[in-house]
Amino acid sequence: MVQKLETLIESASQTAGPYVHIGLMPSYTGNGQIYDHELGHSPIEDGAKGEIIEITGEVFDGTGWALRDALIESWQPDAAGNFPGNEGADPAVSGWCRFAADADSGEFTLRTVKPGKVALRGGGFSAPHISLWIVARGINIGLQTRIYFEDEDNSGDPLLSRIEQAPRVQTLIAKKVADGKYRYNIRLQGEGETVFLDI
Amino acid sequence: MTDLYAGMRADKGPLIPRNREIHPDPYDPGYKTSVARSPNLPLLAMESGQSEETGPTFGHSKFGQYDNNLILNWNRGAAPAVGERIMMHGRVVDENNRAVPNTLVEIWQANAGGRYRHKKDGYLAPLDPNFGGCGRTLTDENGYYQFLTIRPGAYPWPNRGNDWRPMHIHVSVFGHSFGQRLITQMYFEGDPLINLCPIAATVKDRASLDRLVAPLDMAHSRPLDFLAYKFDIVLRGRRQTMFENRIEGM
Ligand SMILES: [Fe+3]
Repeated sequence: MVQKLETLIESASQTAGPYVHIGLMPSYTGNGQIYDHELGHSPIEDGAKGEIIEITGEVFDGTGWALRDALIESWQPDAAGNFPGNEGADPAVSGWCRFAADADSGEFTLRTVKPGKVALRGGGFSAPHISLWIVARGINIGLQTRIYFEDEDNSGDPLLSRIEQAPRVQTLIAKKVADGKYRYNIRLQGEGETVFLDI
Repeated sequence: MTDLYAGMRADKGPLIPRNREIHPDPYDPGYKTSVARSPNLPLLAMESGQSEETGPTFGHSKFGQYDNNLILNWNRGAAPAVGERIMMHGRVVDENNRAVPNTLVEIWQANAGGRYRHKKDGYLAPLDPNFGGCGRTLTDENGYYQFLTIRPGAYPWPNRGNDWRPMHIHVSVFGHSFGQRLITQMYFEGDPLINLCPIAATVKDRASLDRLVAPLDMAHSRPLDFLAYKFDIVLRGRRQTMFENRIEGM
């Protein structure tokens, strides 16, 4: 026998299931009367400093079909790379958003401010990015990934540098399609599979 | 450069890496939808940074008086939902057994007949005009939360020939950092459908599944009113920072 550890074990994840929107985005299911203030509508308020951008995309399964029932959360710092809650952070940036794939087309849109580069614990910076967390029916534990930007300097980013197969880096990089507009698709499985994170 | 981590509490090191063994298998043929929705390639593991160690906060001002009362919240107290009245309650703590105060807990569930208020749910059981099916609350300073609701019914779902979901309540918890984000389900003690459910069975570690089963908690039941079920939730913890400043090369 050995001494007993005092640490606990994390609760196991379970799929969010097909009705996750009832719980997290009730107005999306037509149940919007239930709360006065629904949470996570937008990561920014009017007056947020920096460039306002719009990212659209789809979440594809292993057969190439776009999920109609994916729910995504995003988390990011302000344009200066300062996270909400930190001293000096832009008060017009809450940094957190909930959005869903369209029930008919499967397309999602995130309208936000372009984030700044983020200071690392050991010095240096990570390239500007938005963290994502994706849940849906059939996803047994939420998938973590990141959106980087093709028009930013991503060369020194420690996470992108860790990806062995260089072409896979592209799965994390949003493509600029117009001024302030980006395209970012997520592939859950198979060819072009997005790099998902354990972080 | 300013020290971004100065002056913070003890558990402010990187997040403790997830033990994926206690979580469900992402790919599980018993749960058919997972087959095409699970990554084939390994996850990229990294030590957490600010993106994972920070997260949104929520103020009490956003919450209404009935938000954690699913018996009354759909029609703002006008008439109660049908079903067996229960209180679901417990604590949110982290792996270091520290309370997670002021964190958002959201739940959603079927009504007493096993039907969701969702256009995609066409189960024979009727909607309850007085039941919406979602609730939310913030934990208190000790990480404690509670909901008043009705016990959801079991329901059939299209998977294999005759699969049924055990009675369950879906639970979403935030924690204090984006890397702690968790969605899980609470099951009810004694439900024979737990052992037949392919979604419950995605969790291969039996002890880990057992921790998702809430015991009947008579001591916290209210006589002539409701039964209580206790459901504690453990989120990822963070390392302590005492030895974070490694000497170069160590
Ligand atoms: Fe369910």
